[in-house]
Amino acid sequence: MSGGKMLRHIQFWILAVLGTVLLTGCGSEYLVLNPKGPVAETQYNLIIISTILVAVIIVPVIALTAFIVYRYRDTPGNKATYKPEWAHSTTLEVIWWIIPIVIVALLGYFTVRDIYLLKENPNKEVAPMTIQVTALDWKWMFTYPEQNIATVNHLEIPAGVPIRFQVSADAPMNSFWVPELGGQIYAMAGMATELYLQADEPGTFAGFSSNFSGEGFAKMQFNVVAKPKEEFDNWVKEVKGTTPAMTKADYEELRKPGVTDKFTYSAFPEGMFEEIVAKYGHGHDMDYVMEKLPAPAGDKSSNETSQNTQQKTESHNMPGMNHSSMNH
Amino acid sequence: MAQHHDHGHGHDHDHHEEHEQLKVLGFWIFVVTDCVLFGTLFATYAVMMNSFAGGPTGQELFQLPGVIASTFILLTSSFTSGLAVLAMNKGNVKQLIAWLAVTGLLGLSFVVLEVTEFMHLISEGATMGTSGYWSAFYTLVGTHGLHVTLGLFWMTALIFQLKRRGITAVTRRKITNLSLYWHFLDVVWIFLFTVVYLMGVM
Amino acid sequence: MWENIKDFASTFFVTGDPLIYGADVSIVLSMVAIVFVLTKYKKWGWLWREWLTTVDHKRIGIMYLIASLLMLFRGGVDALLMRLQLAFPNVEFLNSEHYNAIFTTHGTIMILFMAMPMMFALFNMVVPLQLGARDVAYPFLNALSFWLFMLGAMLFNLSFVIGGSPDAGWLSYPPLSQNEFSPGPGQNFYIWGIQISGIGSLATGINFIVTILKMRAPGMKLSKMPLFSWSVLSSCIMIIFAFPILTVTLALLFLDRFAGAHFFTMDGGGNPMMYLNLIWMWGHPEVYIVVVPAFGIFSEIVATFSRKKIFGYKSMVWAMMIIAVVSFFTWAHHFFTMGTSASVIAFFAISTMVVGIPTGVKVFNWLFTMYRGRISFKQPMLWTIAFIPCFVIGGATGVMLAVAPADYQYHNSYFLVAHFHQVLIGGVVFGYLAGIYYWWPKLFGFKLDEKLGKWGFWFWNIGFYVCFMPQYALGFMGMTRRYYTYGWDRGWADMNLVSTVGAFMMGIGFIFQVWQIAYSIKHGERDTTGDPWNGRTLEWSIPSPAPFYNFAVVPQVKEMDDWWATKEAKANGTYKEQPAKLEPIHMPKNSGIPFIMANFWFLVGFGFTFGWVWMAVIGFIGVFACMWARSFQYDTDYYVPVEEVRRTEASLGRVV
Repeated sequence: MSGGKMLRHIQFWILAVLGTVLLTGCGSEYLVLNPKGPVAETQYNLIIISTILVAVIIVPVIALTAFIVYRYRDTPGNKATYKPEWAHSTTLEVIWWIIPIVIVALLGYFTVRDIYLLKENPNKEVAPMTIQVTALDWKWMFTYPEQNIATVNHLEIPAGVPIRFQVSADAPMNSFWVPELGGQIYAMAGMATELYLQADEPGTFAGFSSNFSGEGFAKMQFNVVAKPKEEFDNWVKEVKGTTPAMTKADYEELRKPGVTDKFTYSAFPEGMFEEIVAKYGHGHDMDYVMEKLPAPAGDKSSNETSQNTQQKTESHNMPGMNHSSMNH
Repeated sequence: MAQHHDHGHGHDHDHHEEHEQLKVLGFWIFVVTDCVLFGTLFATYAVMMNSFAGGPTGQELFQLPGVIASTFILLTSSFTSGLAVLAMNKGNVKQLIAWLAVTGLLGLSFVVLEVTEFMHLISEGATMGTSGYWSAFYTLVGTHGLHVTLGLFWMTALIFQLKRRGITAVTRRKITNLSLYWHFLDVVWIFLFTVVYLMGVM
Repeated sequence: MWENIKDFASTFFVTGDPLIYGADVSIVLSMVAIVFVLTKYKKWGWLWREWLTTVDHKRIGIMYLIASLLMLFRGGVDALLMRLQLAFPNVEFLNSEHYNAIFTTHGTIMILFMAMPMMFALFNMVVPLQLGARDVAYPFLNALSFWLFMLGAMLFNLSFVIGGSPDAGWLSYPPLSQNEFSPGPGQNFYIWGIQISGIGSLATGINFIVTILKMRAPGMKLSKMPLFSWSVLSSCIMIIFAFPILTVTLALLFLDRFAGAHFFTMDGGGNPMMYLNLIWMWGHPEVYIVVVPAFGIFSEIVATFSRKKIFGYKSMVWAMMIIAVVSFFTWAHHFFTMGTSASVIAFFAISTMVVGIPTGVKVFNWLFTMYRGRISFKQPMLWTIAFIPCFVIGGATGVMLAVAPADYQYHNSYFLVAHFHQVLIGGVVFGYLAGIYYWWPKLFGFKLDEKLGKWGFWFWNIGFYVCFMPQYALGFMGMTRRYYTYGWDRGWADMNLVSTVGAFMMGIGFIFQVWQIAYSIKHGERDTTGDPWNGRTLEWSIPSPAPFYNFAVVPQVKEMDDWWATKEAKANGTYKEQPAKLEPIHMPKNSGIPFIMANFWFLVGFGFTFGWVWMAVIGFIGVFACMWARSFQYDTDYYVPVEEVRRTEASLGRVV
């Protein structure tokens, strides 16, 4: 049996188990368990693998608990052995130090492999398209630098094309999450985080704000609509022809705390996203932001190395600091 | 529950010694927690090291001569607090009080110098709200200064107690803790001087 | 003038919500009732002498226990309000702001003002007795710790009716918690309430480390020390390293809000990410601080009620110490989704999984303690047995969360909510309740009624699974924590309704427990032997309730479970009675300073909360005056004469 096939096989059983546990099986409302793109797929597989590995512990332990509690209950006439001084066995203890170590080692292997994997473009054959995401109070703004259009509270993407999201905020921290396409990333003021997602097929996917940001937070949900490439291009053309352009004043209006409808704009002020990111940085820090943001498509490797060298020269031991734009 | 009785007892003394030893250990652990506190502030400072937000830098505003002077003052006070402990071990209350007073005066001049420095910096336009850097600076240096100030009050209280009671198991323990505290602040200052001022002007 | 007063009152008091008016009325009524009862029965002096000024660790433990049960009630009501709101889609029972305030106070109260004091209650009630000591190392400091906790908790809870509650989440992430987005006193209440009680917690950490290292009865080597005391040591070591970080973090946040500093602001070079790092450098060890003592409790109970020695004592100790160390290297797993570099994520993912290893070992050791034992299902043991599967599942979902790429999907979803409730309720709450049932007779002299307790137990347990299992599913459905409402279209309705039902079942369980306590005060089985469970450790060798000096004669320890060994020897006839030689007992004197000083701290916190610097200054001066006064106090202890010890022991039915 090939590795893939075996995994599929195991998946089947785990689904069966999960189905029982979750009462209603994996209906389409179980977004995380219905991956619609390569990133979510990778994560889904990890969820399955880790579920199996922890089940290897959980199931026997619970069974053993039930057995021991029943067998050694204190009732008259219980014939089970009673050894009140038996309190040590090197063999046994070595065994149960080793079992979790082995499981953690296995799980650690898969985890680390995919951590590195997900930092990269999930689809090497297609050049990624960039979309910039800005979390505002309490709405999502999406700007398309390649198409020079913008949307608010809804996101349209081409299916089959990896999207490179650059995520920032002009408001308290939030988190950008489209479960069917893949896991989330924080949206933070003064820096741009990066997330690759791809929808394999056309469809509509629910998107969520997933880090609490105040009063209107629960209303920050949006839909992601994936369309075939041509349809997407047509949509862009339509947007260009029929909707107004976003001005600086429009943006300032959007920035004000409040919940709004969906909007679509045929253009947005040039370099607006970079400005939003740089607004909370200053001086020389801006170069870094500028240098990092409009990374040419396909030039991923050089970007990666600069990231790595930066990591090595970092003197701080606090994670999350190294990509901050204020940190030189 | 606890009815109070006052009883003089023969083994009163042992109990006291034992109890005082216990308090020295506790104080050591307190110093450990204080290390963590300063460690956190140093880490914060390191992260904020270059966050000037277009405002003045330390390099532009620091005046090293004053800081070097206060460094020597604090180092000397650490030495004199050591002399105080020596005097205590010899059982010489007068000398002990005298050295404590010298230590206290040196500490006081350190605090005065620090306040003067802060006033100078503020007049140059570097306040708590100027930038992340200055927030971190005032907090780190100020916390140390606050520790020194509290130490001065403590020292004053102990001088009164020594005058009244002389060297007993209790005052001995208190002086031991005080001097431990004082040396600790000295060590913190050496780090602070190096990280904030020397590296700041480099 | 009148207009000014009206203006002030309308911002000072929280207005406009019937729930809050209800709370106002009940607070005023209960205050009046308390004052009335105290005055009518002339109990003010008693209150002051016996409780407010006490330095007796057992009484301090009881006060911690009462406070934590009250906080459990308040946090529980918050939880039920939230569950009511989420029971159906589009419910408008609470508005967004009110809901946000409630989940914030629920989290803060449950961790800091419920779990922490309940833990300290058990530390205080048990550790000195278990070590064969007469008190903790620093009884005065112990009282101070309690009052700092108490006044901090009061300050925090005051925000409900005065000024407005904090509503930026239980860890108050900036920039949301900054002035710009959270103006008003709510966040300041949060900062000062936690800050003041946090100082108390730090002092308790120091206190119990010294107690455990230095106050053990002669002969009790560390290698013979009961596992609960070991767990307290492990927890306290974490406290002394973690809490100073909290102190600094809150202070910096306050400086941002109060003095316009730029530590965590978006502008001015501030770095909100630094707050996340700092708060979790405290926050992650914090959850181990509360759970490790629960491990210690289970170890005691499982051995007692299996009538068998604890299995793998050394492994147990090592496991707790490893957890204490590793807990400081996992904090970043709370924000894998921050976009940090792959190597950093990998490090923290692995370190988090590593915590699972010693924890797993402990589970096996508990199981094999029961194996070849004789298990009796008394209340403490019931909770312990219920804990094992619950915690194993919770721990396993924790390991799943440590798988960083999968965590990008779980993060901030109801999967996460279900996980941490499972370890915190299944581990911490079950553990503390087990401990309370176990040691209750030692403190109060009677057992808690079994029958009512079992009702409570089953409601809690079934309610727990009904409440939280659906939340794992909701996480997979994309439901994000802290949404105050949701629509029909998501398919979240069924699971939410089930979950709400479960929450109310737990609420019913709590009511049974309150009833159980009330009932048992009158009708509970009296403990005349001092050893109601056939215990193994020293606390069971003295009468219940323990006399104020604990041990008339300091015990000489020879074995690991010394009291068990003594009983065995007596049964075999190999026990040699040592002629007991009573000596006057050295005890600390009561002091009012901790209570007064904590009240001044309250003034400091209240003043800063509203920006009234003058009041804070008065508070600081008061605090300082108290410290000064204490420094000049030399007459701090006394001796209990032999005659009084003999009389007390005789009244407890012991001949010495």
